[in-house]
Amino acid sequence: MSESKEVEMVLPISYPSPGAMGKTGIWRVFKPVIDLSKCIKCWQCWLYCPEDTVVMEGDHPKIDYEYCKGCGVCKEVCRAGAISMIREGG
Amino acid sequence: MGEWKLINANQAAAHAARLARAAVIPAYPITPQTTVVETIEEFIHEGIMDAEYIRVESEHSAMAAAIGASASGVRTFTATSSQGLLYMGEVVFWAAGSRLPIGMVIVDRAVGPPWNIHTDHQDAMSQRDSGWIQMFVSSAQEALDSVITMYKVAENPEVLLPFMVCIDAFILSHTYMPVNVPDQAEVDSFLPTYRPPHWMLDPDLPVDMGNLVMPMEDYMEMRWSIHTSMEKAKELLNQISREFAERFGRDHGGLVKAVDLEDADVAIVSLGTLSSEAEYALKRIDTAKTGLLKVRMFRPFPREEIIKLLKDKDVVVVLDRSISFGHSGPLAMEVRSALYGIDEAPKVVNFIVGLGGRDVTYKDIVSMVNFAIKVPEDEVFPCYWYGLKDRIRSLRLKGVI
Amino acid sequence: MVLTIKDLMSRERTYLPGSASCPGCGASLAFKLASKVLGRNTVYVVPACCFSVIQGPYPKTCINAPLINIAFAAAAACASGITRAHKITGRKANVVVWAGDGGTVDIGLQALSGAAERNEDMIYVCYDNEAYMNTGIQRSGSTPQKAWTKTTLGGKVQPKKEVPLIVAMHRVPYVATASVGYPMDLVRKFEKASRMEGFRYIHILSPCPPGWGMSSNKTAEMGKLAVDTCFFPLYEIEHGKLRVTVKPRERKPLKNYLLAQSRFRRTLSEADVEELEKEVVKKWNQLLELEKLDRIV
Repeated sequence: MSESKEVEMVLPISYPSPGAMGKTGIWRVFKPVIDLSKCIKCWQCWLYCPEDTVVMEGDHPKIDYEYCKGCGVCKEVCRAGAISMIREGG
Repeated sequence: MGEWKLINANQAAAHAARLARAAVIPAYPITPQTTVVETIEEFIHEGIMDAEYIRVESEHSAMAAAIGASASGVRTFTATSSQGLLYMGEVVFWAAGSRLPIGMVIVDRAVGPPWNIHTDHQDAMSQRDSGWIQMFVSSAQEALDSVITMYKVAENPEVLLPFMVCIDAFILSHTYMPVNVPDQAEVDSFLPTYRPPHWMLDPDLPVDMGNLVMPMEDYMEMRWSIHTSMEKAKELLNQISREFAERFGRDHGGLVKAVDLEDADVAIVSLGTLSSEAEYALKRIDTAKTGLLKVRMFRPFPREEIIKLLKDKDVVVVLDRSISFGHSGPLAMEVRSALYGIDEAPKVVNFIVGLGGRDVTYKDIVSMVNFAIKVPEDEVFPCYWYGLKDRIRSLRLKGVI
Repeated sequence: MVLTIKDLMSRERTYLPGSASCPGCGASLAFKLASKVLGRNTVYVVPACCFSVIQGPYPKTCINAPLINIAFAAAAACASGITRAHKITGRKANVVVWAGDGGTVDIGLQALSGAAERNEDMIYVCYDNEAYMNTGIQRSGSTPQKAWTKTTLGGKVQPKKEVPLIVAMHRVPYVATASVGYPMDLVRKFEKASRMEGFRYIHILSPCPPGWGMSSNKTAEMGKLAVDTCFFPLYEIEHGKLRVTVKPRERKPLKNYLLAQSRFRRTLSEADVEELEKEVVKKWNQLLELEKLDRIV
């Protein structure tokens, strides 16, 4: 045996971080786009977003495209019809 | 110091949990462990033990609750036996993988079917590769002292692994022996309050324990780390056992305990109470100078001690109270592998004995040693079943004596 | 206090973006909402389920709260150990099991029942996507009758196991059903549960786009339709008193719900739809009868 040294413990422990699965925005096929002129600020998009990727900017909603997976739930629940789904790269 | 009591090893184990100040004890009854559970209940009912006692609905839940409690940074204890340990098996591995120093007493009992509540080591052997430190003891006193000692080993920041102290069913669990139960203050000064590592379940410093790990990430490194900590535990057990002996005046040995081994030509190697019987047998063997090596710690395996103490012997007689079907006794496998490659290595003769609680007396051990001495040098892998009924023996089959 | 959307928006995130969940995941939506109510001072226990993966792989996690993963059958037991340890250490924190339907109604039922019977101080949440979705859509005890899964190719023969009522029969302080289609009802139930002590159970219908055979944008809509058709009624049982929390003014036809999902569409005849509808109406009326009782247990 070689001389005794303090050995690193490798533990099954993870730490919180955004993007645990990477930049999930790249998964998107369709991109939700908010027409702010139509937005009535009912915040249903925020409420129903499964990924918590609708954020408040000033007094209006904004989509965090870095992580939004493009599921389209926000478009469905928008009371004002202010969100459209646009094909990515189109 | 301490107080002498006439108690069995199960009660001694309960005293150990009390003296170690185990704070959360999830447990489920199973014969012959039951009196551990009952004695702890008495302590709590009488107000002499301050612990959260979770009367869980299964052994699987007992270990899962122990994991939850230990991951919350408190000292945790449980006990089980046989089927209970097997049922618990999934979470036994989980505890070690989670690096939680949970203490558990295993009252070693045969595994069914058929139902059999008497002793053998098949239950504990089934968990050999779980990452738990495994200690086998041969008296109620050793059971009590070992639980306290093992917490100190297991909780060391370089170890952080769970441990089991294995006691033989009935021979220890239900046999009353004089036991010195130390004072709380004595134990407190030897085993301080548990200081958990920083990565516990704490809302102020959130961690995620045990989430998915990909092959290119650290799974293999985590396994290596458990292995490394096992090796560290070996070093620590010898050191902490010496410290215990100095403080309490009782020396049960470290990883192993040798009896009359130094100038012996023949060595008996065994676990648990077979060692006590073998010690008694030593004086009655007149065919060869015979000594005994009690293996106390089975995992991590004391290979260095085995090599050092056995390499010069002519014959090594390994008694196994369990069987790895289709090969041999598990202890013999380990002893053989440790001695492999040594020049003029001793002849290792394995006996499978005492399964399902069949009695093994000193006379049996004397006759096994006498048989082993006569086993030819060129016999490949000698492994014999000893103590089978005449109707089997009369068939004169290979490997049956 | 009744939380509003704005209140929730101002709360710190426990669920960080960039998780491994599928787009439109009902379980993620459920967790986002629940964790906003519960706050950071919460310890989570997760058995094998979609959330074992959703957290994301080592060395990161998208859950910004202490969390322990545990074997499939063991969540309620592990949480029992945590809640008892808190009694020793004096820590005041929510202890929350976050388990799928398999880990709740099937393999984990024994531990759940044990913890409920002992009235352990925890909130047990079952996010119910009605099959073993993490292993790729196999039937569970919570899969509804007639639903296609990869182990019920002709549709499941047996009806769904009524686990919320089974848990209620343990005489625990609080049991509720919830749906991601009614988020504020869900939020109110978590608020109420978090102010209580003892064993609390919340069973959340969590639509699963790949498992149910629907597009990812339908999660909220299906969660709402399940309630509006009385297929998945929303109720709570507080100290034995049952109250239906959402009563549709006019019950919507069940086919609107069933035929929007390919798991039903591929197995159902018109007669089957009628049969299921009768069953739904019968159970809904039973529930209204239970509501009239002073206590159901």
